[in-house]
Amino acid sequence: MRTRVADRDGALAWIFLMPSVVYILALVGVPFVLAVGLAFSDVTSGDPSFDFVGVDNFRSIFDDPVFWQSLGNTFLFTAISMLLIVVLGKIVANILVADFRGKWVVRFLVLLPWTTPATLGAVAWLWLLDSIYSPIDWVLRQLGFLAEAGNGSNMYWLGEPALAMASVIAVHVWRLTPLAAVIMMAGLVAIPKDMDEAARMDGAGYWRRMFEVTIPMTMPVIAVSALFGAIFTFTDMAVVDVLTNGGPNNATQVLTSWAFFRGIDGGDVGQGAAIALFLFPLLLAAAIAILRAVRRLEVR
Amino acid sequence: MRRAPLYLAAIMVALCSAAPFLWSLVTAFKQNRDLYNPDNNPFLYNRPPTPDHITYLFTNASFGTFAWNTLWVGVLVVGITLLLGLPAAYALARLDRPWAGWFGIAIFLVYLVPPSLLFLSLSRIVVAAGLQDSTWSLVLIYPTITIPVSIWLLIGFLKAVPRDIEEQAMVDGYSRLGAFWRAVVPLTFPGIVAVIVFAFTLTASEFIYALAFVSPSSEKVISTGVPTELIRGDVFFWQSLQAATVLVALPIAFVFNLFLDRFITGFTQGAVKG
Repeated sequence: MRTRVADRDGALAWIFLMPSVVYILALVGVPFVLAVGLAFSDVTSGDPSFDFVGVDNFRSIFDDPVFWQSLGNTFLFTAISMLLIVVLGKIVANILVADFRGKWVVRFLVLLPWTTPATLGAVAWLWLLDSIYSPIDWVLRQLGFLAEAGNGSNMYWLGEPALAMASVIAVHVWRLTPLAAVIMMAGLVAIPKDMDEAARMDGAGYWRRMFEVTIPMTMPVIAVSALFGAIFTFTDMAVVDVLTNGGPNNATQVLTSWAFFRGIDGGDVGQGAAIALFLFPLLLAAAIAILRAVRRLEVR
Repeated sequence: MRRAPLYLAAIMVALCSAAPFLWSLVTAFKQNRDLYNPDNNPFLYNRPPTPDHITYLFTNASFGTFAWNTLWVGVLVVGITLLLGLPAAYALARLDRPWAGWFGIAIFLVYLVPPSLLFLSLSRIVVAAGLQDSTWSLVLIYPTITIPVSIWLLIGFLKAVPRDIEEQAMVDGYSRLGAFWRAVVPLTFPGIVAVIVFAFTLTASEFIYALAFVSPSSEKVISTGVPTELIRGDVFFWQSLQAATVLVALPIAFVFNLFLDRFITGFTQGAVKG
């Protein structure tokens, strides 16, 4: 009797899993293989016939300085954003697990940047950073940091390369910090209460407990939220597309927006695929590195 | 943490998060002559507020169409996600297969394969399926984003249901399938609602696929329709754009906040006891 039930469980497990597995294989697995194929083809939107061209696409994207600029920007944006997202997410998580009045409203406001569709959040920032009507510029003018009128009366947040890069990073951090905070809250509530109590009994203060109990205990979740922050920044193009469209002069161009520009807008599907494919080994390496870190921490 | 610094920190964090939206809210009701005068204090109404730009959003800018498209795409995608994801999560959480652990990790890793890697080849699949420029293409593709992460969350919720309950249901004469449907699913219901909200939020924010597959404006969703239709070349319909942002942002965050605690438990159970 026992074995028969177990046998049926085995069959049932496969029946239950099959639809999801087939769906994902058909619409993630197949397109992934297709993407690799396209990267080695001369397919364009005008001429969709498939011809193998070897590494020609890679040769031409490597010859293009914009590709290297996009690659550098992608790394720069990801690294800085990830660092800030983890630090700020940790701070926000610590605030949000504490008990205080009005917590519901604070959580609601903190969630806003993440739950709002990325393009709409970026539209709000686009207006906040407007070249003429930015309220930040207005405040700076009132404080005397900017000229009252004419030349030098605006910062051009999205028009100056360095400021544009900083703006894009700021928007990524603003958008993804709530997600990191939510993941870290999950880690914080999972800490056994008596650990914290024991440290408190031993006379450890808030910061001591933070750095010697809380942070080491929640390291796996911190790593997971770093992974999410990195991957969402690394692969995003909504923020860049709305805020700067890659400009000024490709200063904020990233791999994803560059692949979109070449592959869809420019119609050179082969080159677009080759650029997009460049994301994969980097993502895979990041995912493996962080998953291994998590595992090591869990074993310990 | 002591009281005063805690409140101060909470207010700071809330303000930093909400600042762009507060600015949007102020802007949405401004008259053009008020808005486009850099000498005016931008935080005040120098002329009486007007609802005209919000009316424009609904009468001239097909915001209603975008919102409706986002809504029905979201509902169908969530339906497909639960239909496929719930049994899969049950199989991984409860049917005691030795490979369930690494299978769960593999499915989660699928979630990390970004749309930016797949959109070019998927757009060719969409063309082959005859769905180019149709909102239905998004119904077909979005479950690839929502299924993996929903399975992950559902595993956590299903593991929280005591095993006795389905064993008792099976003793009472239900088959394994019957016990799953009649005893386990109703108990997981709060978790399922949380997954519904999460999956809907993901589909509503998706951008790359929506931009790559759909170009006619009557077929667009909010995330692509609002920025493309309310920005015409160099002409920005600023007040309407900002009104759209606030109108979309508030309800989603409100519903999400209702279920925040459940995500947190779902995440812990799925990750730590996975």
